Amino acid sequence: MASQLIFVDDKDNVAVALRDFKKGEALQWPGGPALVAFTDIPCGHKVAIKDLAAQAPIVKYGEVIGRAKEAIRPGQWVHTHNLMPVEKE
Amino acid sequence: METFLGFARSDGSAGIRNHVAVIPSVACANGVVAAIARAVPQVVPLYHGHGCGRAVEIEMHTRVLANLGRNPNVAAALVVGLGCEMIKAEGLAAQIALAGKPVAHLEIQKLGGTRRATARGIEIVNGLLADAARQERRPLPLDRICLGLECGGSDAFSGLTANPAVGRVSDWLVDRGGTVILTEDTEMIGTSHILQRRACNPEVAGRIGSMVAEAEQLTHDLLGPLAAYVIAPGNMDGGMSSIQEKSLGCIVKSGSRPITQVVAYGQLPDAKGVVLMDGPGYDTESMTGLAAAGCQAILFTTGRGTPVGYPIVPVVKVASTSTLYRRMEDDMDIDAGVILEGTSLDAVGRTIAQLLARVLDGEPTKAEVNRQEGIVCMYTLHPAF
Repeated sequence: MASQLIFVDDKDNVAVALRDFKKGEALQWPGGPALVAFTDIPCGHKVAIKDLAAQAPIVKYGEVIGRAKEAIRPGQWVHTHNLMPVEKE
Repeated sequence: METFLGFARSDGSAGIRNHVAVIPSVACANGVVAAIARAVPQVVPLYHGHGCGRAVEIEMHTRVLANLGRNPNVAAALVVGLGCEMIKAEGLAAQIALAGKPVAHLEIQKLGGTRRATARGIEIVNGLLADAARQERRPLPLDRICLGLECGGSDAFSGLTANPAVGRVSDWLVDRGGTVILTEDTEMIGTSHILQRRACNPEVAGRIGSMVAEAEQLTHDLLGPLAAYVIAPGNMDGGMSSIQEKSLGCIVKSGSRPITQVVAYGQLPDAKGVVLMDGPGYDTESMTGLAAAGCQAILFTTGRGTPVGYPIVPVVKVASTSTLYRRMEDDMDIDAGVILEGTSLDAVGRTIAQLLARVLDGEPTKAEVNRQEGIVCMYTLHPAF
C-alpha cells in the first residue's frame, strides 16, 4: 500500500501529507494508528500524529522545529499559524 | 575490515579512479589544455573558470588547484601555465608533488605559444599515462574513503526521501572508519545548535557556531531584504514552517555520527568521521571544494533533476521522487522516491551503499557514462580586478 503520510524519524510527532486531505478523511500509513484529518491538510504539509499541548515541542527529523502556539490535536494541520519558530532547543 | 578495490597512492591515500589530470593554472591556459585533451582523450582536463585578476582568493584558489591535483583519484598530473599569471604552474606542480605522485608542468609563454606547448604537453601526458597504467587495483580498507555530500535542484521531497537515505549511508561509512564531508553552510543556518550537539569537542562546536553565524551574516550583508529568500523557510506554501525544518532537510545527509572537524573550502581534513566544510550552497562550486578536500566520490541528491558530474570524482545521483527518476533515468543512479511508496529509509540507504561500494570498485556512475565533466567552478568572495 502506498503511504499517504510519511515521517522521517521515530521521535517525530508530525508527519508529512503526500496528497491533499479534506477534513474528515482517514489518514493512513503502514503500521500507523488510524487517524482522521481534523482539518484540511495540503500536500507536502505537516499533520500532528500525537496530542500536542500549547508550548509543546514540535519534532521532525527527531529535532525541535518549533513549538505549538496552542493545543494541537492528532490529525490537525501544523504550519506557521500554529507553530512558533524557536531560536534554539 | 571491509575493503574496496582501489589504487594505493604513495601518500597513504586511496584512489577509486586512476586519472591523468591536465590542470590549467589560469583560464588563459584552457586552449592548450583542450588541445592536449583532443590529441590524447584518455586525460581528464580540469578547465579553469577564472582569470588571474584575483587578490583576495589567491590563497584559497592556490589551495584548491593544488588539492585537486592531490585528489587520490588523480594518478598523475600535468599543470599548464601561461607564464605571467598570479598562481604559477611551477608552484602548483611542486605542491601536488608533495603527494608523491608523478607531476609535470609547462609554461605556454616560455615554450613559444600554443603549438609548441601542446606538442610538449602531449609528450608529457603520454609519459604520465604510462606511469598511471602501472597502477593496479587492490583491496584497501574502507576507512580510506572520504565521501562528499551534496544537494542540488532540491524539491519538497528531497528532505523526506533522498537526503535522509543518504544520511544512512553517511552513518554506514563513518561506522567503518571512513569520512563524510557536509558543506553548503547557507543550508545550515538555524541549525548550528543541533550540529554543535554532535561536535566531538568544544573547539569544534565553537567553529561550527562561527561558520554558520558568518554564513548568515554574509547572506544579510549581500542580499539585504532579499536574504529572507535564502534564510527564511523557503517556500512556505510548500509546507516548510521554520528555518530549522528547512535546514534539517539538508543536514540530515550527514547522518547522526559525531562531527570531528571543520575545514575551510577545499582544505584536506585530517580527522575521520563527519567533517563540515565551509563552502557555498551552489552545487558546482561546492563539488570543487569537496574534490579538493580529497573526496573520492560524491553522493548528490536532487529533486528537480540535474545531470552535472565532476571531472575527477564519480558523482552518484539520488533522485527524490520516482517521477524524476523515470523522467531523467539516463542521469539518475538511484530512485529514493520508492520511500514514498512504503520502502523504508534503511532499505534505500542499503541500496545506495551497495551501489557506492560498486562505484568504489570501478563501476561508472551515470554522470561518468555521460562524460559530465565540464568546467571547474571555484568559489570566489569578491569581484576580479
